[in-house]
Amino acid sequence: MATVVMTSLDSKSRAASRGLSDIKIRNLFIIPTILFLIVFNIFPLIYSLGYSFTDFRASTNAPATFVGLQNYRELLNDPFIWANFAITAKYVIVSVTGQVVVGFGTAMLLNREIPFKGFITTLLLLPMMLSMAVVGLFWKLLYDPSFGIINYALGLGSFEWLANPEMALYAVAITDIWMWSPFVMLLSLAGLSAVPRHLYEAAAIDRAGPFYTFFRITLPLVAPILMIAIIFRTMEAFKTFDLAYILTSQPTTEVISIRLYKMAFQEWQTGRSCALAYIVLIMVLAITNIYVKYLNRVKER
Amino acid sequence: MRKTVAGLLAGISFMFACGTSAQSQELTIFWAEWDPANYLQELVNEYEAETGVKVTVETTPWADFQTKAFTEFNAKGSAYDMVVGDSQWIGAASEAGHYVDLTEFFNQHKLNEVMAPATVKYYSEYPANSGKYWSIPAEGDAVGWSYRKDWFEDPKEMEAFKAKYGYDLAPPKDWKQLRDIAEFFHRPDQKRYGIAIYTDNSYDGLVMGVENAIFSFGGELGDYSTYKVDGIINSEKNVKALEAYRELYGFTPPGWAKSFFVENNQAITENLAAMSMNYFAFFPALVNEASNPNAKVTGFFANPAGPQGDQYAALGGQGISIVSYSENKEEAMKFLEWFVKDETQKRWAELGGYTASAKVLESEEFQNATPYNKAFYETMFRVKDFWATPEYAELLIQMNQRIYPYVTAGQGTAKEALDALAKDWNATFKKYGRQ
Repeated sequence: MATVVMTSLDSKSRAASRGLSDIKIRNLFIIPTILFLIVFNIFPLIYSLGYSFTDFRASTNAPATFVGLQNYRELLNDPFIWANFAITAKYVIVSVTGQVVVGFGTAMLLNREIPFKGFITTLLLLPMMLSMAVVGLFWKLLYDPSFGIINYALGLGSFEWLANPEMALYAVAITDIWMWSPFVMLLSLAGLSAVPRHLYEAAAIDRAGPFYTFFRITLPLVAPILMIAIIFRTMEAFKTFDLAYILTSQPTTEVISIRLYKMAFQEWQTGRSCALAYIVLIMVLAITNIYVKYLNRVKER
Repeated sequence: MRKTVAGLLAGISFMFACGTSAQSQELTIFWAEWDPANYLQELVNEYEAETGVKVTVETTPWADFQTKAFTEFNAKGSAYDMVVGDSQWIGAASEAGHYVDLTEFFNQHKLNEVMAPATVKYYSEYPANSGKYWSIPAEGDAVGWSYRKDWFEDPKEMEAFKAKYGYDLAPPKDWKQLRDIAEFFHRPDQKRYGIAIYTDNSYDGLVMGVENAIFSFGGELGDYSTYKVDGIINSEKNVKALEAYRELYGFTPPGWAKSFFVENNQAITENLAAMSMNYFAFFPALVNEASNPNAKVTGFFANPAGPQGDQYAALGGQGISIVSYSENKEEAMKFLEWFVKDETQKRWAELGGYTASAKVLESEEFQNATPYNKAFYETMFRVKDFWATPEYAELLIQMNQRIYPYVTAGQGTAKEALDALAKDWNATFKKYGRQ
């Protein structure tokens, strides 16, 4: 791909008429962004790393004392924290798999000439434009065992979606799948429409079956963009807070970010929660790295 | 360009100038978003009419009340001059210097005689029995019960109940009767259920509900002055109390695993349950026909006694404190002078606030003003509260973690849950050097 680099200003442009040089324009755009990033992201990131080695509590005036790796040691030995991680992992797997299956499936259905295609696609995108809190609140009503429409429609009587410890996590995942499948669908649709038609024609001439065509042509060509969707969704699912927090308070749905929130803003164990945040960060980075490596391999093929 | 910048700067500084000059005659009280906060706003409007000082009651939903208040305190922010803070906060807020010491004010106005003793002990004093006071009891509150009078007084039901249990169907006198009545009215096939209790574990809902059982069964959470918990939180009495609470959960409407005050009032308004546990602060909504179609047939009773006749309820409610970082502390002090006056307290009760003033509570006028005021009066002299130490939030979360799976899903036994909790609490107290 050729990269176009702006080397000089168009002499008729407004910027040029005001006498702004290229460097000035570049700085004007980039410096605020970098400053913003440093002030709101990088500085707190480094600052909290320092706190993670102390027993600091933001709710008291007591000075922070250095405790070394104690926070990390205690957190990694806490069975409740490991339970939170196990719940999060289960949630990520169920939710992201569901989104990929539903999203990619819908994209396959939409990737053909059908009437009102644009309109249908827009309608399908609506869930992901809603606020998480709103989605949580109305799914809570949908799941209600006494008057919820889901039990009514499925004829489940008074099945307890959110009060049943085994079911609650799946109920949250289903809501997440409903909300975010459109995102996977959108990216998949972009990938699918980029697959050259002539490949399918060639496959048809060779009498390749639909499964063969799917696994040997469609999937490999869509894989890179699908992987990007999976990376995004995994990171998001790992950080899930709002949906799970609003829908239910089962211990079986206490994902790691809820535990982190409670530790930081209810218990005010600032030092320890910084350590937990770092553990989560490292995990997300590690998982993302694996994906990115895989993505690069897929692209090379 | 330069002109525009200069203009902007002038504008901004003008805004700041206006802001500070207006602030001197204004006070802001921070509280949670619920009816009593609206009543307080009405009350303070009268203060404005008298003195010209504008007082605003700023609110936030209950779920993030604690977080928002402490975020502001920790940042030493002056956004709020006073806060009507939860009783459990007092340790954390006083030790960290967020609250102004009101001991002198308290003694000067003899408030430990003016206010109901339990409210002084739990809303104002910290550490326990220290004689140091940090807030003025503002909204007295405790857990009580509402029930469906029409269900209880239906002759057919009364007859069937007597035949089954051998005594008359009436508001329960003890926890055994509470259980029997809950079982009696629990009819899932008719979409009628026995009882609504607190189960929400995101803040103190479930714990408050369980406390009602523990305190009435004669149990305690621990020794609040020595921090001893072994053999107290996991005592035989507490095990029995927790088992009783778990049994009640079996008679709740379906999906009752994240229920707090909103759901428990709905249990009455939506014809779901025969009896429902809730804070007295939410009862005004139940006698209002606009918010409760069953208002005429809703009755109230105090938390029933346990097997040995102990009768206590879990304390809710809040005291009003002055925030140390306020820029209007003197003005706030003047407001409190006005607030503790007998006539203000009487007016506060008339507007719907639950005064803690013993004189008002004891008056006939107050007790007959609403169907629940008498139960409230009886309860307010028999209340106990959760730990108020600065690390109360950790204790609360640990208690939720241990008892929630047992109460709502029957995992493990009550004894195992409480033994594990004793271990957690010991470790926490050790960590903060309290034992």
